Amino acid sequence: MSKKIVKVNVNGRVLEKAVEPRMLLVHFLREECNLTGAHIGCETSHCGACTVDIDGRSVKSCTHLAVQCEGAEVLTVEGLAKGGVLHAVQQGFYQEHGLQCGFCTPGMLMRAYRLLQENPDPSEEEVRAGMSGNLCRCTGYQNIVKAVLHAAATLRAARAAAA
Amino acid sequence: MNAPKEAGLAERASALQGMGESRLRKEDARFIQGRGNYVDDIRMPGMLHMDIVRSPLAHARIKRINKEQALAIPGVHAVLTAEDLKPLKLHWMPTLAGDVQAVLADEKVHFQMQEVAIVIADDRYIAADAVEAVEVEYEDLPVVIDPYAALAPDAPVLREDLAGKTEGAHGRREHPNHIFTWEAGDAAATEAAFAAAAVTVKARIHYPRVHPCPLETCGCVASFDPVRGELTTYLTSQAPHVVRTVVSLLSGIPESKVRIVSPDIGGGFGNKVGIYPGYVCAIVASIVLGRPVKWIEDRVENISTTAFARDYHMDGEIAATADGRILGLRTHVIADHGAFDACADPTKFPAGLFHICSGSYDIAAAYCQVKGVYTNKAPGGVAYRCSFRVTEAVYLVERMVDILAQKLGLDKAEIRRRNFIRKEQFPYTSPFGFEYDSGDYHTALDKVLAAVDYPALRAEQAATRANPASPTLMGIGLVSFTEVVGAGPSKMCDILGVGMFDSCEIRVHPTGSAIARMGTITQGQGHQTTYAQIIATELGIPSEVIQVEEGDTSTAPYGLGTYGSRSTPVAGAAIALAARKIHAKARKIAAHLLEVGENDLDWEIDRFKVKGDDSRFKTMQDISWAAYHQAPPGLEPGLEAVHYYDPPNFTFPFGIYLCVVDIDRATGETKVRRFLALDDCGTRINPMIIEGQIHGGLTEGFAVAMGQQMPFDAQGNLLGNTLMDYFLPTAVETPKWETDHTVTPSPHHPLGAKGVAESPHVGSIPTFTAAVVDAFAHLGVDNMTMPHNAYRVWQQLRDCGAAL
Amino acid sequence: MIPPEFDYHAPRSVAEAIHLLGELGPDAKLLAGGHSLLPMMKLRFAQPTHLIDLNRIDDLRGIHEEGDQLVIGAMTVENDLIDSPLLRARLPLLPEVARQIADPQVRNRGTIGGDIVHGDPGNDHPAIALALDASLVLAGPGGERTLPADGFFLGTYMTQMAEDEILVRIRVPAFAPRTGYAYHKLKRKTGDWATAAAAVVLRLDGGRVSHVRIALTNVAPMALRAHAAEALLLGQALDAARIDQAAAAVMAICAPADDLRGDAEYKTAMAGCMFRRALAQAAARCA
Repeated sequence: MSKKIVKVNVNGRVLEKAVEPRMLLVHFLREECNLTGAHIGCETSHCGACTVDIDGRSVKSCTHLAVQCEGAEVLTVEGLAKGGVLHAVQQGFYQEHGLQCGFCTPGMLMRAYRLLQENPDPSEEEVRAGMSGNLCRCTGYQNIVKAVLHAAATLRAARAAAA
Repeated sequence: MNAPKEAGLAERASALQGMGESRLRKEDARFIQGRGNYVDDIRMPGMLHMDIVRSPLAHARIKRINKEQALAIPGVHAVLTAEDLKPLKLHWMPTLAGDVQAVLADEKVHFQMQEVAIVIADDRYIAADAVEAVEVEYEDLPVVIDPYAALAPDAPVLREDLAGKTEGAHGRREHPNHIFTWEAGDAAATEAAFAAAAVTVKARIHYPRVHPCPLETCGCVASFDPVRGELTTYLTSQAPHVVRTVVSLLSGIPESKVRIVSPDIGGGFGNKVGIYPGYVCAIVASIVLGRPVKWIEDRVENISTTAFARDYHMDGEIAATADGRILGLRTHVIADHGAFDACADPTKFPAGLFHICSGSYDIAAAYCQVKGVYTNKAPGGVAYRCSFRVTEAVYLVERMVDILAQKLGLDKAEIRRRNFIRKEQFPYTSPFGFEYDSGDYHTALDKVLAAVDYPALRAEQAATRANPASPTLMGIGLVSFTEVVGAGPSKMCDILGVGMFDSCEIRVHPTGSAIARMGTITQGQGHQTTYAQIIATELGIPSEVIQVEEGDTSTAPYGLGTYGSRSTPVAGAAIALAARKIHAKARKIAAHLLEVGENDLDWEIDRFKVKGDDSRFKTMQDISWAAYHQAPPGLEPGLEAVHYYDPPNFTFPFGIYLCVVDIDRATGETKVRRFLALDDCGTRINPMIIEGQIHGGLTEGFAVAMGQQMPFDAQGNLLGNTLMDYFLPTAVETPKWETDHTVTPSPHHPLGAKGVAESPHVGSIPTFTAAVVDAFAHLGVDNMTMPHNAYRVWQQLRDCGAAL
Repeated sequence: MIPPEFDYHAPRSVAEAIHLLGELGPDAKLLAGGHSLLPMMKLRFAQPTHLIDLNRIDDLRGIHEEGDQLVIGAMTVENDLIDSPLLRARLPLLPEVARQIADPQVRNRGTIGGDIVHGDPGNDHPAIALALDASLVLAGPGGERTLPADGFFLGTYMTQMAEDEILVRIRVPAFAPRTGYAYHKLKRKTGDWATAAAAVVLRLDGGRVSHVRIALTNVAPMALRAHAAEALLLGQALDAARIDQAAAAVMAICAPADDLRGDAEYKTAMAGCMFRRALAQAAARCA
């Protein structure tokens, strides 16, 4: 099968690569772009370790083809921090001990990043529902919920200060 | 001392971020920025990919393997079968349990998804296609799934390779499908206790087969350099040094030329202790092809083939007085080990430390017998977030005590109070010979009961039971557990003959920072953070400038790895004692610099000072510099130490857990209304990390008790081998956890620490079962088999006439 | 888990997609959200040699009103159903159902049309389409045709849609004032398919049922509409005896397959239970 050219903006950089149509986005990111933050956990779209942001939506990159990203903007965990400053969700996970082995963390962060734009002031229950596409085997989620709420408060405070 | 000086001391102590501080984790920086380095992140020049052809059948003879179509695919480098490994004598390998296991199926397959052939290709896509293209012809053989049926006189013989072998690694084999019979305790004394007892109870307690299922699957990158004759393998291992020894023994490559690296590990939970055929195959492929070879399991392979846990069929019995004083405990277990005995237990203990099954109770007489059995299932039997078989043991005794309480009409708190080992009895020798180091069970129980207002809960339950229209049944589960962790004293515990010590090497640099290397390997426990805290307190060096490295066998001292809650009890002690060697040398240097005798010095947080003169002192930083340029005459320069710690005993963490559930009488769904976990792990090094470990362990326990299962059909097909079916709860299903603690230090551990991360798994599982069963207690139910999913609980509701 | 090789096509129009479908024949599969198809391909249960990706066809997305009807593009994703002010106001059952499907990420990809035409009895939208009296607009080489949802589902992975057709729109009558509705779905955990689920749409007139639709998910080879139960309730007051009769009629049509979620007895009982809960909530919402 012939390869297809795909042109995609990844973390602000436009890349153009020839890929097999069947190449999964997660493999494209990890092996073609050397961005190994997104992980492969279940391969059947249950665990969310491969979550990235595509055109402003959270997507499981193990169940998405690289060719489908033609013209898209993809954001991965490697693109979260700006100018050496951690994003509020990264800071929140650090402060609240929201990670242990770290394997689910990039997916968790990318989902939290988008969740807090969809809902800047979520309740604990809304965080749990909003993060329910991401599995963690280590933390029991309690500190992940605290981490997301911590980040939400930081982001709200930053917005209030800017206003 | 006056107040300002004390404040100064506190500031200095806090600046170290030492023991007892909830220090934020050092390892987080890389994980939150996507810079972790897991095995699948590793790429090497010229690297090839391996994938595995697996058997669709659980028991079959291999008639023919045709590689031709696979080899014809462009980009496929090799297809190897047992026939190809035979000349290298690598088609079978020894297991840690004294058995052998097929690396690639030799003439027959013994379980579904067994490794039959490997393909090596340019990338994982081509390798996957090649797997599909390998044709294997099988001839069906009768399948044995039930371990009791396996021991029937006319049962099909599963392990033909063991024909005529009546002596196994653990004694006589009575049947072709029998692996071992292991016993502990005093059978005669226990029999006498039962004969004399007013009350006895008996029950079959099944602990179903489950899988640890870390989010990262197993895998490796093997790289053999044919010019240097050196093998480097990055591997998802909880015990890299043991892997190095095994690989050297198997391959004949000197151990000095084998380097095993466990990089970042995406969760282990026991799944990554074993040495799997996939690892061996990747190493062989790299040696044969002279190129690096990567193998990464997919999720179906992980659940189906690498290291299940449990599968214990336990017949428990308790003898007691009429007022509930336990006189004897007896259990006979059938242990389903699958097709090969590949448990990872200390060599002398084929049933692990199951003989902790007398629990937290003062029982005069006890006996247990465990029979290991082969079936057509994947091998394993690992310790899933627990010390070896401790989860099974605690589950058994806690179920049996509840059953006794129900028979006697005694409250489940009261029966425990009556039978607990009392504080003043420690150190306490159990009827199985364990010497429990320390404990205070009554205080812990009282604290939990007070925190939840236990009498009020029981009153509410009585009211619910009295109301026939209640949409829910209410259950209260109460469990006390005692673990045996920190394996272990080398006089008792070894793996392949290597004693289960652990090790630490610390080097303090001239400018006062330090590096420490350990034989353990973190898989999320935060060793880089907590180990540094121990050194900080012991040596007065800020945690921030202490680097902790583990997992690379070329740099770290030999250690047995991280599982069975052994890191803090064993490696933690090694760290403290290595630090104390440095501390002793530092004292000599300080005395030399201050021109006083060693005994004229006091240690204070980060410095030695002259007794009675606060103005004369040398900080550890001063001493570090001096160690490298003005060591005292007769003392060698430098400031480093190595310590290999062989523990004198295990440690015995304990806890009291309480759970309240409400069961929907229409659907069978169980809602965990409340869960309180009180843990006592002795000295607490980092409370934040302890709390996180407990949350995680409780959540894994919840998953096991409420949903995880590995059902097989009669043909030996594993049903539900993806995360669609295998239950890993999300944030929505997971209950909210409450935690508490008491502190009863271990008297024999240098820091008083006992280990904690597995307690919540061990303790919570019987608590969930106890709560669910308790909801039915008034209907005459005294036991239910896990998992307590809605479907199964509904069947119990239906059978009791309680379904709405 | 790696999908087999295939050729990829990303048409920009429905006409182009239909043309490709005709040209490539039965070896081609339509790719919508991909969260059923791609896992099946990774497990090599499905091995199409061509994928026709419908995601680039803008005409297939979006929700608008046409008189009393709501028209939903087949490629509208679940999260867009949840977020649609139009649906929340005029057809609130759909957002409520979408929230119970899969998880947030999957709902960004999974489409209402893909869910309907896939023919998996575990999918939720088929039963909802039955409960809402939806019509399905199919486009093929000969033009468009419109079929009622009732009768569209023939069995597992079998529908009335022909191999050369594409589902382009779903047309649904907006709720009349004071329409009660509910969807109750019993599942093992987030992301799972239903053990059993029931949708109820209800209107009461003077305390008697003037309109009722009952539809069930995952208790038969395809979504079911419970006609007999509806007939028992129509024109009647919702008293306990009637509800019992209707629940018995609901359970009587269930023919679920045994699996790890439960056996036929449990699933049938749960269909009855979900129906009772949905009916009670729908009735409460009729006010």
